[in-house]
Amino acid sequence: MSSLLQVERLIKDYPGVRAVDGISFSVAQGSCFGLLGPNGAGKTTTLEILEGITDADQGTILYRGAPRDASYNQAIGIQFQHTALQDFQTVLEALQLFASFYEKHRALDELIALCNLGELLKRDTRRLSGGQRQRLLLAIALVNDPDLIFLDEPTTGLDPQSRRNFWQLVEGVRSAGKTIVLTTHYMEEAEVLCDEIAVIDRGRIIEHGHPEQLLHKHFPRALVRIPLRALPDRQTLPPDFEVRGEHALAATNDIDQILARLNRQSVALDELHITTPTLDDLFLKLTGHGLRES
Amino acid sequence: MNLERILAVVKARNREFYRDKAGLSWNIAMPVVMVLGFAFIFSNPDQDLYKIGVLGEPSNVQQATLLEVRHVQFIRQDDPAAAIAKVRYHRIDLLLDLRAAPRYWVNASSPNGYIAERLVLQALADPPSGIERQEVTGRALRYVDWVLPGVLAINVMFSSLWGVGWVIVRYRKNGVLRRLRATPLTASEFLTAQILSRLLVVGIVNVLVFAGTHLLLGFPMRGSYLALALVFLAGAIALVSLGLTVSARIRSEELADGLLNLMSWPMMVLSGVWFSLEGTNVWAQRVAELLPLSHMVDAARRVMLDGAGVADVAVEIGLLLGLGIVLLTLSARAFRWQ
Repeated sequence: MSSLLQVERLIKDYPGVRAVDGISFSVAQGSCFGLLGPNGAGKTTTLEILEGITDADQGTILYRGAPRDASYNQAIGIQFQHTALQDFQTVLEALQLFASFYEKHRALDELIALCNLGELLKRDTRRLSGGQRQRLLLAIALVNDPDLIFLDEPTTGLDPQSRRNFWQLVEGVRSAGKTIVLTTHYMEEAEVLCDEIAVIDRGRIIEHGHPEQLLHKHFPRALVRIPLRALPDRQTLPPDFEVRGEHALAATNDIDQILARLNRQSVALDELHITTPTLDDLFLKLTGHGLRES
Repeated sequence: MNLERILAVVKARNREFYRDKAGLSWNIAMPVVMVLGFAFIFSNPDQDLYKIGVLGEPSNVQQATLLEVRHVQFIRQDDPAAAIAKVRYHRIDLLLDLRAAPRYWVNASSPNGYIAERLVLQALADPPSGIERQEVTGRALRYVDWVLPGVLAINVMFSSLWGVGWVIVRYRKNGVLRRLRATPLTASEFLTAQILSRLLVVGIVNVLVFAGTHLLLGFPMRGSYLALALVFLAGAIALVSLGLTVSARIRSEELADGLLNLMSWPMMVLSGVWFSLEGTNVWAQRVAELLPLSHMVDAARRVMLDGAGVADVAVEIGLLLGLGIVLLTLSARAFRWQ
């Protein structure tokens, strides 16, 4: 896949703080690229620089191999984290307003079907629920049929069901061949949606790659946990296990082998617990602090 | 500049205005209520008192005696032209000029003027032909007639300043501007749309208020409607531009509100809306000349009360438009989306 967007050594300073500190990456055409990090890590600033909302102090951005020109904002779609729409406006009117800004726009009925807005067309935009509102904002971001879409924490504040519904919409957009750059601090979101992620902390990319590959690189495939009371003899731990409180724990890439050993030692497996590491664990390991801390 | 984009924003902004029922009724009701209030408060002036304006000082006993007649209020006048206008509009019943050979002005259609004239002639009868009579014509002018052009102008001022200035600051604060910035809409298209939308609103509301109060009170409109429309349009352009200048960069609604109040209140007081500034502090008069509202009120009053046409108020229209162009240029340069 060729790269649609190339970002090299971006730097952005605000008074007293370097918000973006030499960030470089490229986004392949048709992929979903995730910028992960805690609040204040520099994700939104990076995204705003890519969107053309904020100017970088240093660095280059190439879109389709060339510097961005006036046609760039006709080619991109943006969903901001915090967006207000004008008051006293229905969903349909908001879509029509934004459609009128572009030289060419997508057929609105198609967009309305895609974002599941059919029943909300006459509703005042201030009376939408969180999930409905995000769907409208996504539709607005897609109104010019953009090739490149920026989503800034699109599901922050949504309930789990609305979040999953939204992910389905984004999946649909991606499967239509669109390229997506999103920021999130929900690791699950990144795992579900992203082909590639960059973990950002304090303005720098500290790790980047495919989510699964990153997990493999940094963690054994699984953690096996078993209560000490399930062992026939507390003094003889199975190989690879260590005691943590009331449990014996083993990190392994070969679950079959562990299970076979436990069987041979006649360990009751009723209370056996296997967990796989998540991006949360990865972030904790990489940065030494939790994702949701700011 | 893309006309389609401008019109789309004008449409959205108009919708926001007319669907906001509370704001809409306030915009129309406030000036009407204000005018009716003045009409009521000043509807019953002290009728049994005759008012005679006096220019100059009494030069003999006869004249001094006249000025001591009871139940007549003698009011010193400094500006002859303004004083004659007062006779024309029945604000005073007679004007007595004692600066040289005594003469007086009286309005033939004023009953009080007739009585006052008898009184003056009787007092100054000797010699019988020693006083020169000047007649002016003009129907009675109520205070509300005099104040109405100013109330319309004030309505234009508030609507222009807040309808653009405050709204843009609100858009900037709540992120509407940020979202619009991320589209191909340019700043000049956005600002043009805001100005057009507000001029349209000011125009329609002013016509409604004018028609409504005219229906209820029947005030005089002696000059050219075109001249009046041009005066208010030029005034609205100047004040909308002032609102834009205030809102070019700030993102605090409270600050915007404070600044707009800081501008509008001195204009309310010093622009001669409620009382004439003649005879007041010279500095106040100088300051008033710098205020766009002064010129709008003055020109509107001359059109409505003195029957002025476009040419008569061209200077004021030119000044207001000039101010508007300067402020527009400044604000377009200073404007920031965020």
